[in-house]
Amino acid sequence: MTLSDMWNIGLMQGFAGLSLFAVLLLMGLGLAIIFGQMGVINMAHGEFMTIGAYTIYMASVFTETRAPGLMAAYFPIAIVLAFLVAFAAGWLVEWGLIRHLYQRPLDTLLATFGISLGLQQIFRTFIGPKEVSPTLPDWLMGSWAPAEGLDIPINGLFVLGLTLLVTAGVLIALHRSRWGLRVRATVSNRTMANATGIDTRKTDRLTFAIGCGIAGVAGAAFTTIGSTGPTSGSLYIVDAFLVVTFGGAASLLGTVVSAFGIAQTQSISEFFLTGSMAKVLTLSLIVLILMLRPQGLFASKVRR
Amino acid sequence: MSNTDFALAVEDLTVSFDGFKAIDALTLYIDRNELRVIIGPNGAGKTTLLDLICGKTRASAGSIKFKNTELTRMAEHKRVRLGIGRKFQTPSIYENLSVFQNLEVSYPSGRSVFGALAFKCTDEVKARVQVVAEDIGLADRLGTEAGLLSHGQKQWLEIGMLLMQEPELLMLDEPIAGMSARERELTAELLKRICQNRAVIVIEHDMDFVKQIAHKVTVMHQGKILAEGPMDKVQADPRVIDVYLGH
Amino acid sequence: MTTLKSLIQRYQLGSLLLLVLLLAVVLPLTLDIFRLNLVGKYLTYAFVAVGLVMVWGYGGVLSLGQGVFFGLGGYAMAMFLKLEASDPESTKIQSTPGIPDFMDWNQITELPALWLPFKSLPLTLILVIAVPVALAWLISFAMFKRRVGGVYFAIITQAVALILTVLIIGQQGYTGGVNGMTDLKTLLGWDTRTDSAKYILYYACVVLLVASIVLCRWIQTSKLGTLLLAMRDKEDRVRFSGYDVSNFKVFTFCLAAGLSGIGGALFTLQVGFMSPSFVGIVPSIEMVIFAAVGGRMSLVGAVYGALLVNAGKTLFSESFPDLWLFLMAGLFIGVTMAFPMGLAGLWESRIVPWWKGRREALRRAAVQPPPAAMPPASAVERPEDIGGQHLNPEPARP
Repeated sequence: MTLSDMWNIGLMQGFAGLSLFAVLLLMGLGLAIIFGQMGVINMAHGEFMTIGAYTIYMASVFTETRAPGLMAAYFPIAIVLAFLVAFAAGWLVEWGLIRHLYQRPLDTLLATFGISLGLQQIFRTFIGPKEVSPTLPDWLMGSWAPAEGLDIPINGLFVLGLTLLVTAGVLIALHRSRWGLRVRATVSNRTMANATGIDTRKTDRLTFAIGCGIAGVAGAAFTTIGSTGPTSGSLYIVDAFLVVTFGGAASLLGTVVSAFGIAQTQSISEFFLTGSMAKVLTLSLIVLILMLRPQGLFASKVRR
Repeated sequence: MSNTDFALAVEDLTVSFDGFKAIDALTLYIDRNELRVIIGPNGAGKTTLLDLICGKTRASAGSIKFKNTELTRMAEHKRVRLGIGRKFQTPSIYENLSVFQNLEVSYPSGRSVFGALAFKCTDEVKARVQVVAEDIGLADRLGTEAGLLSHGQKQWLEIGMLLMQEPELLMLDEPIAGMSARERELTAELLKRICQNRAVIVIEHDMDFVKQIAHKVTVMHQGKILAEGPMDKVQADPRVIDVYLGH
Repeated sequence: MTTLKSLIQRYQLGSLLLLVLLLAVVLPLTLDIFRLNLVGKYLTYAFVAVGLVMVWGYGGVLSLGQGVFFGLGGYAMAMFLKLEASDPESTKIQSTPGIPDFMDWNQITELPALWLPFKSLPLTLILVIAVPVALAWLISFAMFKRRVGGVYFAIITQAVALILTVLIIGQQGYTGGVNGMTDLKTLLGWDTRTDSAKYILYYACVVLLVASIVLCRWIQTSKLGTLLLAMRDKEDRVRFSGYDVSNFKVFTFCLAAGLSGIGGALFTLQVGFMSPSFVGIVPSIEMVIFAAVGGRMSLVGAVYGALLVNAGKTLFSESFPDLWLFLMAGLFIGVTMAFPMGLAGLWESRIVPWWKGRREALRRAAVQPPPAAMPPASAVERPEDIGGQHLNPEPARP
């Protein structure tokens, strides 16, 4: 094995980690926004990802059967659809459940776990227990070989691009839009935000729905790397929580950094250890670091 | 610079939050048997000062010495065991427990895990609760759930809980907020009684009340001490009038 | 007579006696041994639920990883039983006789050092409690000293549950992997699969459970219990009364872990196997639901919660598996939205006042004229004669 071979393997392994990074980051972004805004940890977040993934699948089936000529174009449209469907579902859940459990974060945890179970069962009953995969358009297949022996899968690049787009979009929205302003105001000081006329409840609902919508996009990304089943969401949920806690709950930069770190640690150690031991190592490292620094990497300075 | 005569010696104390200096190189000395009232406009740093002394906030620089022991690195519960009691601005009592239980829990024994398991409510404890309850005027309400007390009674209960600990430095943050005129009188009498053999710091806004109880007054402004001295001297100080008391 | 009355009040002997009657007399007489064994299994989960009442109901700390401690206790016992079942005589067809079968399948040729302590029963019994407590101490000490609580702590416990599950499944040579440790037959030569053995184990379980409840009740009524409630209400005030709050939380968390470990060991004994499916996130959250349904502040309620939810699970998941999962989802939502104090809370807030109302009405009807001014604000009075549940410790001590 030559040095350049090892370099290539390292790069490709690192790149495999990037797809995981993309999914974790998108999940983590949605969770971080919701947690930062409302202090709510949504245990059903994985299921919103699955909603997005199933939307892509159904769009794929629809296009295949009704408009096969549009196969090349359906995917981006389906991603937008995934966002919207997850957004709508999130809106409903916040309205029906979350807003009643305001200021009771532990109870919200339990209640959203109930939603998670319920959603999984809905998937099982109405879509079926078997795993499904959408037919990905041709331009997503194959790989790009910038150098000899270095094969980078195109869907990985696409997912990465999508993630960067969404992350940038969220950051811009948070710092430039009216919604973003309201969110930042509520996060800093909810009482004052209310007092200055910001409808914090509506902002909560919108934020929750947007967070879920982003999870839907994560689901779209997920379909390019794995097949979707009723319990697919639970694969990433704990990791997504850890991404948020590890990064420092309300910090978006922290979410990016920690998603990257966690994904890469897992991916690279998978090369040296078995899959399960790599997971154990990564999780244990995170827990240990959190024990030493519970506020995460980039905690905002709060008056202690 | 540390003088062993003072109960509390604060020297060059500074704390900053994200660059903003809430307390700026503050120096303050409190005697035993002294009742010091701290006044000043909102945002002057009065509550922050109490937070620093009792340990709710960590100082960025400076020293706080209580009975010659340096406090700045000490954990909150250890400072309490040294003899510091803090009353918070909003009454901080255990709403779901009875008045008796609130006072009993504040009894300074059985503070470790196994101590708490083995703790027995002896006659000595009951007697002490009775004495304190009489002091704070709640002797007939021992069985009432604390959450059902009036606002003023809750304030007294919190003072009572502190008295159970037999503190040597008592810090009260706006003890008469929300009280009626009669309640204020009773509280003034209570405070004058309890400052025998202890140092007491009170933060207050009601000038009549301050005049009734204060031995010495400290005026704070923007994290520093603006003026200090007996009430009439401070009231006449032009800087204080400018900043706080008004013309 | 006053001491007996105060004992009854303190330990809620009324409701406890009712429970003992149910578990020790009614159920064994009405159920066949197969169903009774199932109840025994449910009772082992009740250990975890009782622990959760202490750490979550009283301490205010939600742990979503109690399965870890249940599993550690269960695996400790399983390792002892497995070693006993793997004596050289019965394993002589293996390539390496004298070691558990799954080790043989994974080409392990000698017993790993980790397993050696489990050759001795006394040591195993100690480890059933010691290992969960040690892990609990490690986690909680690090977290509570740094004031980590609430949601963060819950997530960490989830992560630990996931770590342990993946570890156990991944290291199948050492642990039996995803199938767990099976084929556990005898405890020091005594066959645990016979009917008489099942009866004995069932009663052992009941006795230990009742003892745990009494212990927890003793703690609840001590100053420690009052402090836990105070900490849940106003942690800062407790700290500023001179208490090191983290120590109390650590103690309670370790207590819950120890109880869960005992439950796990009893599970292994009664059911005859242990697998990672009791360790992970989903079983851990289910255990929280047992306590939530029964009443997170009620020790006896937690037992009923464990019995009811599990009985429901067994009943429904055979006939209507889809429906059961929807019901579970509904339980989670219902418990948080509609009845946060569980069945015990409903008992206390609906049934007890109704019962008192009836008694008052009957008394008034029986006595002419009606008695002068006995206000039914003897709502502060203890309802010990009907075995009611207490949510708060006695409001007043005269």
